[in-house]
Amino acid sequence: MSVAADNPVLTSSLLYLDGVSVSFDGYKALRELSLVLAPGEMRAIIGPNGAGKTTMMDIITGKTRADSGDIYFAGSHDLSHLDEAAIAELGVGRKFQKPTVFESHTVDDNILLALKAPRSAIATLFGRQPANERERIDRILETTRLKDHRARLAADLSHGQKQWLEIGMLLAQDPKLLLVDEPVAGMTDAETAQTAELLREIARDHSVVVVEHDMAFVRDLGVKVTVLHEGSVLAEGALDEVSADPRVIEVYLGR
Amino acid sequence: MIGTEMTQRLLDRNGLVFVGLLLAAAILVPLLALVAPAGSLLHMPPYVVALIGKYLCFALLALSLDLVWGYCGILSLGHGAFFALGGYAMGMYLMRQIGSRGVYANPDLPDFMVFLNWKSLPLTWWGFSSFPYAAVMALLAPGLLAFAFGWFAFRSRVTGVYLSIITQAMTYALQLAFFRNDMGFGGNNGLTDFKDILGFNVQAESTRLALFSLSALALIAGYLIARGIVTSKFGKVVIAIRDAESRTRFLGYRVETYKIVVFTVSAMMAGVAGALYVPQVGIINPGEFAPINSIEAVIWVSVGGRGTLAGAALGALLVNFAKTWFTDALPELWLFALGLLFIVVTVFMPKGILGLLDSMKPLRSPPVIASPTEAKQ
Ligand SMILES: Nc1ncnc2c1ncn2[C@@H]1O[C@H](COP(=O)(O)OP(=O)(O)OP(=O)(O)O)[C@@H](O)[C@H]1O
Ligand SMILES: [Mg+2]
Repeated sequence: MSVAADNPVLTSSLLYLDGVSVSFDGYKALRELSLVLAPGEMRAIIGPNGAGKTTMMDIITGKTRADSGDIYFAGSHDLSHLDEAAIAELGVGRKFQKPTVFESHTVDDNILLALKAPRSAIATLFGRQPANERERIDRILETTRLKDHRARLAADLSHGQKQWLEIGMLLAQDPKLLLVDEPVAGMTDAETAQTAELLREIARDHSVVVVEHDMAFVRDLGVKVTVLHEGSVLAEGALDEVSADPRVIEVYLGR
Repeated sequence: MIGTEMTQRLLDRNGLVFVGLLLAAAILVPLLALVAPAGSLLHMPPYVVALIGKYLCFALLALSLDLVWGYCGILSLGHGAFFALGGYAMGMYLMRQIGSRGVYANPDLPDFMVFLNWKSLPLTWWGFSSFPYAAVMALLAPGLLAFAFGWFAFRSRVTGVYLSIITQAMTYALQLAFFRNDMGFGGNNGLTDFKDILGFNVQAESTRLALFSLSALALIAGYLIARGIVTSKFGKVVIAIRDAESRTRFLGYRVETYKIVVFTVSAMMAGVAGALYVPQVGIINPGEFAPINSIEAVIWVSVGGRGTLAGAALGALLVNFAKTWFTDALPELWLFALGLLFIVVTVFMPKGILGLLDSMKPLRSPPVIASPTEAKQ
């Protein structure tokens, strides 16, 4: 906590990464990565394949442990020693790069499982169904345009619908921070535009980090952009600024 | 009406048939045996009663295995160990009931202890002359083993084939341990020569009928408990773990806790099955821990239909009837037949017999399209 007390940048941030490094069998996936997200902010992260974008999310959500560096959430919670469930309970939600939903559950049940509610085995075994549960599920299905598919098995959904279902599950969790990894991969242009709209809507009352390769989509979001390259931040700013940056151009063209 | 809602949740169409048939058997078999004269068609011969009673215990073991494997994706290759532990708890009670009627006529010690020159009853045997104590131990011993096993295995995130291998190692290690005379459980020979249970002669036809009915009732109870679990929100989390374990963690669920709970409950069910089995077969020995037993149980479940509960029980009954027939008619072919059956089922009927039956009558059971809420409106 001493780190938190004397660092104003940290105490006022929602997410704070400082000097985070990770290596896999000697390969440095993240090198001294530092990133600060303000409460309520939406941030887009871009960068070539293998830049470390997904690894960064793994670090924040407790899937992978950092070799060094600080990871703080909401100004005071040190995430570096918590497990996935504890970090999720603090209010960090995540959408995976490859859509991951519970295939043998219905769309309804997928949302139900994500819905913010006590997570303990005792609560789920003996707890009563909260009165407003149905309305909450309805609202999310409305937002994600899945209402007509609610009774279908998640396995039977199209790729785009699975992506949306996973975003719906994120909404249901109602986390303080949403980490969204490539939400429009494999979507049609129309779906992509709808997804951008959906994310902007979500960003009105949540903080969001979006990783995406699709530049049109990032432009649509209209938020501050961070460019990752070889595990650290290469540039940060408005999309037009960073895409005019010669180093960024070199990374993208020189591949 | 909470009552009817609960009933609907616990009993789907297959469940109604399943519980109905078992209940009918539990009541009619003993009743007809009392009324109809011996030798008539309605009076089931005692050896058939004993045989089916035994299969019902296997069915409960299969059900318990289906709960962890079919719903939580934990392929336990050591469930026979929990069954055997429950069996030993009952066997120890039955041994203590022999009293001074043993060969050595020692009122305080079972025969094998006298034979080993032991002077006093070991601590592990204390309390086993009381039936309630033994009954609690039949639940507790498998439950504690499963809990301890789960505590280490699930918390260190051992999954898949590695987990299966250590469950198999667990039952094998127990088999070796129970073989030892100094463990104090009768070694190689196990526990046998039982005389009576709760004051009734274990050999008597009436006792056999009662044990038969109790086995059927235990299977019903196990089925309803398992249904209660899998249809609750807890059960949905368990299925979610089977589908996408790490996703479940990122939603904030403690996967290891859920796994430990299902595994422990399942082990206790298996323990009850073993406890009912032993008085019906009249013996329990370390062979009951043999790895092959646990593997056979997995085959019962896949033959009947994994993740269906009733199917698992059905599979246990069918495969064991087949086994009895084979070991009588073509004993040397049984293992081949079993292997072949397993392959045929895995390749051609991935959902087992129950899955096949369900898909054969699409008209009678249309897939549920409306969600529960819409149906209510
Ligand atoms: N668990 C792991 N074990 C070994 N190497 C890994 C692991 N996870 C990631 N890496 C490596 O770390 C580097 C960064 O990967 P990461 O998935 O973070 O990239 P990314 O920016 O998300 O790329 P993409 O745009 O392709 O999704 C890659 O070279 C990858 O191979
Ligand atoms: Mg990635």
